[in-house]
Amino acid sequence: MFSRTYKAAVTLPPLLWVTVFLLAPYLLMFCYSFWSVSPTQTIVHSWNLDNYQQLLRVDVYWQTLLRSMWIAARVTFFSLLLGYPLGYFLSFHAGNKKDLLYQLVIIPLWVSYLVRAYAWKTILGSDGVLNTLLQYVHLAKHPLEFLLYSPFAVVLTLTHIYTPFAFLPIYAALEHIPRNLMEASHDLGATPAQTFWKVILPLSIPGVVAGATFAFVLSLGDFLAPLLLGGPSGIMISNIVVSLFGAAYNWPLGAAISLCMLLLVVSLLFLSEWLEKKWSFS
Amino acid sequence: MNAVAKVDGQALPAVLLSIRNVAKHFGTTVVLRDISLSVAEGEFLTILGESGSGKTTLLRIIAGFENTSAGEVWMGEERLDRQPPYRRRVNTVFQSYALFPHLTLEQNVAYGLRVAKRPETEIASRVSEALEKVKMSAFAKSKPSKISGGQQQRIALARALVNRPRLLLLDEPLSALDANLRRQMQVELKSLQREVGISFIFVTHDQEEAMVMSDRIALLRSGELEQVATPREIYGRPATAYAAQFIGHTNLLKADVQGGAVRSGPLVWRSALPDGPALFSLRPENIRLVREDTAVVGDVRIRGKVCHQAFHGATQLIRVDCDAGLVLAVSTSSGGGAQEVADLEFSSTDAVLVRESPERV
Amino acid sequence: MVGKEVELFVNDTRGESNPRWLLVHAVGVFAFLYLPIVVLIVYSFNDNGVGGFPPHHLTLMWYRTLFADGPIWDSVLNSLQVAFAAMVIALAFGIPAALALERAQFPGKALFRRLVLLPLILPGIITGLSLLMLFNVMGTKLSLLTIILGHGTALVSVATTEVFAGLQKLDRAQEEASLDLGANYWQTFWRITVPNLKLPIIGAALLIFTLSMDEIAVSFFLIGRDNTLPLEIWGRLRRGITPEINAVSTIIFLFSLVAIVLWYRLRMRGPGAADAGTEIVEAAEGHAV
Repeated sequence: MFSRTYKAAVTLPPLLWVTVFLLAPYLLMFCYSFWSVSPTQTIVHSWNLDNYQQLLRVDVYWQTLLRSMWIAARVTFFSLLLGYPLGYFLSFHAGNKKDLLYQLVIIPLWVSYLVRAYAWKTILGSDGVLNTLLQYVHLAKHPLEFLLYSPFAVVLTLTHIYTPFAFLPIYAALEHIPRNLMEASHDLGATPAQTFWKVILPLSIPGVVAGATFAFVLSLGDFLAPLLLGGPSGIMISNIVVSLFGAAYNWPLGAAISLCMLLLVVSLLFLSEWLEKKWSFS
Repeated sequence: MNAVAKVDGQALPAVLLSIRNVAKHFGTTVVLRDISLSVAEGEFLTILGESGSGKTTLLRIIAGFENTSAGEVWMGEERLDRQPPYRRRVNTVFQSYALFPHLTLEQNVAYGLRVAKRPETEIASRVSEALEKVKMSAFAKSKPSKISGGQQQRIALARALVNRPRLLLLDEPLSALDANLRRQMQVELKSLQREVGISFIFVTHDQEEAMVMSDRIALLRSGELEQVATPREIYGRPATAYAAQFIGHTNLLKADVQGGAVRSGPLVWRSALPDGPALFSLRPENIRLVREDTAVVGDVRIRGKVCHQAFHGATQLIRVDCDAGLVLAVSTSSGGGAQEVADLEFSSTDAVLVRESPERV
Repeated sequence: MVGKEVELFVNDTRGESNPRWLLVHAVGVFAFLYLPIVVLIVYSFNDNGVGGFPPHHLTLMWYRTLFADGPIWDSVLNSLQVAFAAMVIALAFGIPAALALERAQFPGKALFRRLVLLPLILPGIITGLSLLMLFNVMGTKLSLLTIILGHGTALVSVATTEVFAGLQKLDRAQEEASLDLGANYWQTFWRITVPNLKLPIIGAALLIFTLSMDEIAVSFFLIGRDNTLPLEIWGRLRRGITPEINAVSTIIFLFSLVAIVLWYRLRMRGPGAADAGTEIVEAAEGHAV
């Protein structure tokens, strides 16, 4: 129905932008990962698999990647733990306050990452608010060291940041459940708890998968929280990449790791899409 | 099947729209097969069909929102199907009305005239005239969200008609209205069409609506035209079993013709038809109960047991089991109490020979 | 008064009682989400620096220091320029992208769709680094321009998603009606499509502007001589914490708060859902678009 010129005019500009600023950079990253860096700090365009071999052989990369995934897994777990009951509460028990509470949840989502990470830094330090509070009320004699510059701090901060992200799709999924299904369930004799386990939870699984994917992928690739709060034991894979593009100057190796991360993210996305489709009933 | 415009035996004036062998498919799904149809000037034609019959697709082809896969559409001397929708002298009333929410009702109605760059004075007068005609002048400055469904429908009508199209297309415009409003609008639409004098093509799935409003009905089924005729003709002389059943109630009688006699179960009557199997449509109101006080008119009589009675207000529909698997539906006046046994009679001329038209995939 | 509210929460409309723990949990999560920010704000008024409980004297000292701080204001100006430019780019490419996805069929559409939406869920480091490599190969020096291009790329997806959501609510029949009444495709676009997209476009603009002002991950790699506000703050953090940073963070928070509430109200005014924002998360997941 729409004329060819209209369709062309509408499709070509974004297509061009996507090609130049999304597709080409990823392809470049792909190319870089096969190059190497010379001792004089220039990029040598000779094609080889050295970078990938390094990734496989050198321990620190593997260990860091695994630690990052472990951190991301914990963030995901806690985000879901916090986000799901909150979504449930808002969807089923908030009544006319639903709209207001929803706004209260999404506000932190869009407010500066930096502000929130910084806030935790000031709270968790040895002279920070939490430690001085604990000492003030005599719950602790010395500052708790593990609070800051540890994986704990990273997990805590990232959970704080990504809980709203996990909340959103869960809430959306819960909202989409027709209320008459619950009425039917009650009519057939099920208690509220049974209705939850048999009806509500299964129907909300796609939302849970979506929220989990979001939390996992974004925390896996995070480098700011570890830099601010992670300390030496909280280094994540992205920090290694950052240093490879900075002081450690090895762009090809950094590109190789980034490419692996990109492929990992894309695979997780496909997996999560497939799971959502599989576990969806609409 | 070429259907020439005729109303009660008299040919109507000039052909306005000529649909020639139009076919349409989406991918591998065939929606329309070889449709040929003419619409006369000033005619109210209804395209009647179930959902999935292709009636909306046909309308959209005429309006210009779909291309044909084969065939041509002509309006007068011009080839219509090659033109984009905004060049055709055809306007549409959409099922969802599609009023522009950001414009007032006045601006909605004026839209086509504005786009055609008519002078403002002309626009003003034509718009107020159109609003008068649909009795919505008081709401000129309101927005569509403030008026009811029935009122929106009138505005959609005014918006289309103000452009003085040669042909108006209406895509199930009354389906969203409740029954009473619907009946009222049917009458109003019909008289509006007579007043304005242009051809209307009306699409609906409601056979009663089609019969009430149309000069002719084009019955569409699975992408093919079953029959194109006036309401009286389609009702009284249905061409196929589908047509007989779709429009009104009927009894379908499977029969065998042997040596000048038609036999259908326990029923027998004389006929000049050639030997072989045959299918007849017999309307319930053409079967009468034999009563002492009324004369018997028909030449076929049968007796049976009443197995069901349905009250329909002025009439009732009773089902009579006449043995040998024959159950007849009979429409009779509601007077008289429940019966157990019924004596029935009908004229063999009321049994219309129909074609079997198999369901197309 | 408060008792009545709790009553309302405890017994929802169907008279079913809420498990107490659900309410407690919800309150706990809200506390978790907001307390750090509250602490941040409180300590921006503390004269004794950050940390140390309880806060001592309340003072506006840090805000005064902030207002006299030249480099911070330079970075604010930079951020504003970047945000504005990024907003224009993101809308200029995002609106046609949404139209293309909603209307047109063309080879490679699936790939195009995924690429456009990828930055929503991809960690910023990958977007940032890939663009860095592009600029390196093209010989472009890093500057505010490269940051603008980076933000534009990352935020095109937000524009696309918001406009797409608006397009879906648009009745297709309206555009057909416009064509039917004699307007051609361009006239229909300007008279009917765009006015109906007014709200989603404004909402998207607001959201993009806010996100650009706060953006740090992608900017981290594309920064030249001039800092944006988040990066200026970041630089100072490396040197140590001062309550001045609390002060500027508080102000950032307040502005973001206003912007987001405005965006939400705008979305609600359209023929909208009460779950404004979910379309972005759902688009990132690869569906709903």
